[in-house]
Amino acid sequence: MSGDSVRRQIVGRGIPLPGNDIDTDRIIPARFLKSVTFEGLEQHVFVDDRLQAPDHPFNEDRYQGASILVVGLNFGCGSSREHAPEALKRWGIRGIVGGSFAEIFFGNSTALGIPCLTVAPQDVEWLMGTVAHHPEREIVLDVEAQRVRLGDRTIPARLPDAARKQLLTGTWNATAVLLEAGEGIERVAKDLPYLRGY
Amino acid sequence: MGETLLDKVWRAHTVKMLPSGQTQLFIGLHLIHEVTSPQAFQMLREAGLKVRLPERTFATIDHIVPTASQMRPFGDLLAEEMTVHLVRNCQEFDIRLFDLNSGRQGIVHVIGPELGLTQPGMTIACGDSHTSTHGALGALAFGIGTSQVRDVLATQCLAMAKPKLRQIRVEGCLARGVYAKDVILSIIQRLGVKGGVGYAYEYAGSAVEAMSMEERLTICNMSIEGGARAGYVNPDATTFDYLKGRSFAPQGGAFDRAVAWWRSMATEPGATLDDVVTLDGGSIQPVVTWGINPGQSVGVGDRIPNPAEAPETDRAAWTEALTFMDFKPGQPIAGTRIDVAFIGSCTNARLSDLRAAAQVARGRKVAKGVRALVVPGSQAVAAAAEAEGLHVIFQEAGFEWRKAGCSLCLGMNEDKLKGREICASSSNRNFKGRQGSPMGRTLLMSPAMVAAASIAGEVVDVRELLR
Repeated sequence: MSGDSVRRQIVGRGIPLPGNDIDTDRIIPARFLKSVTFEGLEQHVFVDDRLQAPDHPFNEDRYQGASILVVGLNFGCGSSREHAPEALKRWGIRGIVGGSFAEIFFGNSTALGIPCLTVAPQDVEWLMGTVAHHPEREIVLDVEAQRVRLGDRTIPARLPDAARKQLLTGTWNATAVLLEAGEGIERVAKDLPYLRGY
Repeated sequence: MGETLLDKVWRAHTVKMLPSGQTQLFIGLHLIHEVTSPQAFQMLREAGLKVRLPERTFATIDHIVPTASQMRPFGDLLAEEMTVHLVRNCQEFDIRLFDLNSGRQGIVHVIGPELGLTQPGMTIACGDSHTSTHGALGALAFGIGTSQVRDVLATQCLAMAKPKLRQIRVEGCLARGVYAKDVILSIIQRLGVKGGVGYAYEYAGSAVEAMSMEERLTICNMSIEGGARAGYVNPDATTFDYLKGRSFAPQGGAFDRAVAWWRSMATEPGATLDDVVTLDGGSIQPVVTWGINPGQSVGVGDRIPNPAEAPETDRAAWTEALTFMDFKPGQPIAGTRIDVAFIGSCTNARLSDLRAAAQVARGRKVAKGVRALVVPGSQAVAAAAEAEGLHVIFQEAGFEWRKAGCSLCLGMNEDKLKGREICASSSNRNFKGRQGSPMGRTLLMSPAMVAAASIAGEVVDVRELLR
């Protein structure tokens, strides 16, 4: 794996997105999935929420150029569409920190090299408040040390071991790793009753 | 110490442990459709890779197909382009496609079981979160993203961590007018939309054992709505009877050998479970959602709750939901006027769903001003329904009888809500904007409840119409 796929630390300005259970239909509505590529998705990220709420963080000038998204609980629930983290990535998001993540969204984000770090509820609140007051300040998502730094405060964060290892070794694109098993794949297949006519 | 189905299926499909600590899991059946696969094929081409086991991937077209007329080329040029790409990708990589002219096309989670592709003890993956559906036959089935579709195409494997297992026992007999949809909505209401994160759900108990395969498919379908990526029911006689004679199911002596293996994969008594939750099936009433996630629901006889009574972490979400839905706390959910009625989706568009809805619609008329659609889950479901005249019952009542597809569940084709319309829907998600209008509103319920609402023009207790 090339060095530029290693995700040790993500550093950038933050954008807070309050609320729990924000589903992937809201991140990118289904009508924008009518394409055979992911191109241009960034233009439509949270588009309906943004039209309904002019003060939506993704509309605000002060958060343009931010690369670290701060979210609540169960972010990315619902549809498995990878278009959701793709849209966020293409908008400029490089890392996400929040209360918790829906499982498929978490996996999809990791597969794109976007770390999703979990912090305690009171720390989510603090991060959101601080970013709102000081959008110019840089946040450091430390994948290696599992912590988040903002200004002079550092808070503990968690990342499941597997995702952490993949991000730190730059092996989050799983295809190459899975191919290493070689003939081992067919050996498992040969023992499965349903693949040999029972 | 006994083992669970999860333990056994996981072990049988383990290729190796990966340096990350995840398992390299062999995927026995891969299903693809037009929305989440084109980018994966492109990634394969860019990496110079082939499809590892093309005979273990099957394709269909469901999300974007029109349901009024399915003549090609489609009027929607983007939908047509996606279809062209799917056909081309399947040809190039030698993948079997159940196309519109096959008689076997339909929603991917309807046709897998229907064709007998889905079998007990398998691992199954599809780029769609409702892949959990296939667990109804005792398979371990995961919804995946597009990068993982690429992984499965290239390696027939996924890198995954083994989930924990929660057994959800539904005991007792369901009352008349209460369906599998009401059971799963009750489970999600009780455990929450994030309660299942990190778990697979094993549905058990006397009410689940008594269910038909189609009812079990409805239950497993919405596992993801409770946060669980997979959900399953242990294979039993109902499963074996369902599979017998289906196109891709084993035949003759192979079928008998298969049954023996399938039986051996079921969870054993005394197996270790990470959690057990029990519900009284007899106390479940028809359920209707009032909010913007599938956990926000009440019994049809109940009132919309007050956010002041919500758990701390849900209070803001409840308030947001009431504002979006334009509902007041304390308002009865019954009596809510509807504009649209949708019977369809991978949750509830199988023959038994259409029968239940037709039983309510028979000899009645859709209320004035209500647009009502029945969208069968597959071409085979449509044909079976037509063979017994269900389409006539629906059409005489004022429903539109459509072709198979995902349709108004997610509004990727022409079937969409308009403006602030309220839709009584047999689908699985009531998210903001889900049914194609950013401000449209969805009330999830069983197909029979949708039929009842379409006739009354408002949410009513279907049990009043079944008397």
